[in-house]
Amino acid sequence: MLMSVTLKTSSFHLHQKHNNIINPIFRIASPKSLSFNSTMLSTQAVASSATLGLSDTFTKLKKEGKVAFIPYITAGDPDLSTTAEALKVLDSCGSDIIELGVPYSDPLADGPVIQAAATRALARGTNFDSILNMLNEVVPRLSCPIALFTYYNPILKRGVEQFMVTVKEVGVHGLVVPDVPLEETEILRREASKHNIELVLLTTPTTPRERMKAIVEATEGFLYLVSSIGVTGARAQVSGKVESLLQEIKAESSKPVAVGFGISKPEHVKQVRKFCNVFKFILSCNKTHCLFEQRKRRILRIVLSNHPIVLTQSE
Amino acid sequence: MLSFISSTPTPTLTNRTTTTTAAFLKPYPIHLNKTGFCSYKPVCVISDKSMSSAVHVNDEPVAAVHERPDLFGRFGKYGGKYVPETLMFALTQLEAAFKALATDHQFQKELDGILKDYVGRESPLYFAERLTEHYKRPNGEGPEIYLKREDLNHTGAHKINNAVAQALLAKKLGKERIIAETGAGQHGVATATVCARFGLQCIIYMGAQDMERQALNVFRMRLLGAEVRAVHSGTATLKDATSEAIRDWVTNVETTHYILGSVAGPHPYPMMVREFHAVIGKETRKQALEKWGGKPDVLVACVGGGSNAMGLFHEFVDDKEVRLIGVEAAGHGLDSGKHAATLTLGEVGVLHGAMSYLLQDDDGQIIEPHSISAGLDYPGVGPEHSFLKDIGRAEYHSVTDEEALEAFKRLSRLEGIIPALETSHALAYLEKLCPTLPNGTKVVLNCSGRGDKDVHTAIKYLQL
Repeated sequence: MLMSVTLKTSSFHLHQKHNNIINPIFRIASPKSLSFNSTMLSTQAVASSATLGLSDTFTKLKKEGKVAFIPYITAGDPDLSTTAEALKVLDSCGSDIIELGVPYSDPLADGPVIQAAATRALARGTNFDSILNMLNEVVPRLSCPIALFTYYNPILKRGVEQFMVTVKEVGVHGLVVPDVPLEETEILRREASKHNIELVLLTTPTTPRERMKAIVEATEGFLYLVSSIGVTGARAQVSGKVESLLQEIKAESSKPVAVGFGISKPEHVKQVRKFCNVFKFILSCNKTHCLFEQRKRRILRIVLSNHPIVLTQSE
Repeated sequence: MLSFISSTPTPTLTNRTTTTTAAFLKPYPIHLNKTGFCSYKPVCVISDKSMSSAVHVNDEPVAAVHERPDLFGRFGKYGGKYVPETLMFALTQLEAAFKALATDHQFQKELDGILKDYVGRESPLYFAERLTEHYKRPNGEGPEIYLKREDLNHTGAHKINNAVAQALLAKKLGKERIIAETGAGQHGVATATVCARFGLQCIIYMGAQDMERQALNVFRMRLLGAEVRAVHSGTATLKDATSEAIRDWVTNVETTHYILGSVAGPHPYPMMVREFHAVIGKETRKQALEKWGGKPDVLVACVGGGSNAMGLFHEFVDDKEVRLIGVEAAGHGLDSGKHAATLTLGEVGVLHGAMSYLLQDDDGQIIEPHSISAGLDYPGVGPEHSFLKDIGRAEYHSVTDEEALEAFKRLSRLEGIIPALETSHALAYLEKLCPTLPNGTKVVLNCSGRGDKDVHTAIKYLQL
């Protein structure tokens, strides 16, 4: 079995501690800019021109017996040149897919951390065209595919077809649209598949099994399993339900599954891995499939060390 | 079996007591049995029958107007369910519970009792004599203006109709925690009120900026035992309060019911909130029949999200001779960039779970609206209004802050009624509308709320 961990925690550059969403007021301080270690910046000059898509990436990882690592960052926070560097660093450190968030004014599925990142990015003038320009330059230098995470309205505004044409042109491979559930995906799916963009669908702990089956059937690239009920953001621990949810999914399909929302600490990764080990009996998942190899551990540490927010938020 | 239009029991003086009982669930055919008692059969599919019973607008057939919304919660292309997957199950559950109410006579009875004895329904249809006089032309001719007095409801606005019904529904769903968003505070107060009445935990999300503008309502909500949470994200107004309420719901969906306060949001809210407010139009039909033996000729209501307008319009959408007019907030003016005239100047998009007209920039980011009235200060609008606009069944106009303030003063002086600033927008449109209407035209304006809450705002602008 393949399982990936989506590190949907925050912008890449958020250093200050935030209050939890439950508090009536949360403080938004200005972010410190991130300084990269020079060794980290020595990315490969130009990635192979034939970057694999999402499904192919998983197929390859499966063959190699590896678990995927999918970090998330918000584009334009604190600015797009930093985002460009961050993409290169994440790529060179072994990300298998990078989820790039398009900042949106009303991000319904996001907790305070990503909301704040989006607000900062927009305040700095980040818009879709500037993100495309950045991707146009950076994507050819990446070896892993990019999945765009964007709300529906910015797609609609461009026109669904035009949107797909444009993101394909800059080399985006996948798309996650958190406010479009299965029923409303018809047009998106049609246009995405026409332009060879993999549309990733989400399933959650509240999704009834029959519905989950339909979602697994329709999703492309991988199935995004939202690990717990709620918006994005760090949590103290991974919901115990993830294990049984994964079991259910695996009983329905062999498509790869990514666990996301709140996977923010090394312990979370260990925990999800544990579920994976549990599965080896049921799913013939060789233990090596489920172990993070060294490079993954390292990148996780690097990302986490750049994310004090992740380590402090729930403490 | 009667078709849908004619199935609405024609109110007569002898059956008027049934009007409130049949207050909602209009989308479902009502079957009259031999004894003349109504029984409700929920029907949620578009049948051939419903397609063939389409109304004609400007002599053009409009398909399936009666089955609004369709199975997917769409009014034409508008509406739908654009929400995170986590909420889909709760929305399905809510829709099923709402539909089950059609046959739940105990619920109907309980709701009717509360609407009568607690809310104070029915609300009067008041002939505004001096306002009518004000709009008479030199030859003594002019329209007759009636006010549907929703401002006389408990808590001072129409909002309580929906809040009380949804609170009862939440109890049926076994959800003891209630959340709501509020702009002007009227929906928040209504929700806090019904939560106090039914012993439910209540959390209200309100933009920090609105909390300043509507300090009185914040105190009222707290007095009623609700927790008011300030929302600082985005523009710190109604849209952000709504986003935050949705996020809370995504997080606590298993224990919480979200009492959405307008005919906006994902399906089934636009339908459900409309049905819970449809009592406004139903009473109006009956009262008009009593007062002048006919229907109103023109209905006027203000539109932010559009719940009071939908509540008044819904009963008459199929009566194509009844003119429906919604009035939006033009703020500092339509070309000032500071307004909330969504239907007038917006573009189609998706916000808070529904496709509708909205105020957005070239990148699809939501634009901060502006209105002197916190209740109209919203960048979206209920999807059914977008539909009614597109098919030409309803017309939408806008008035500025300044015009609304003048109307606020005018009604106070002429009728001794201080209207809400939201309502004042509808009243202000009479200035343009009345000179164009033939003598004796019966205009019913939804006096959706009282203005005590706005005195604090008006004091800054009006020199008295």
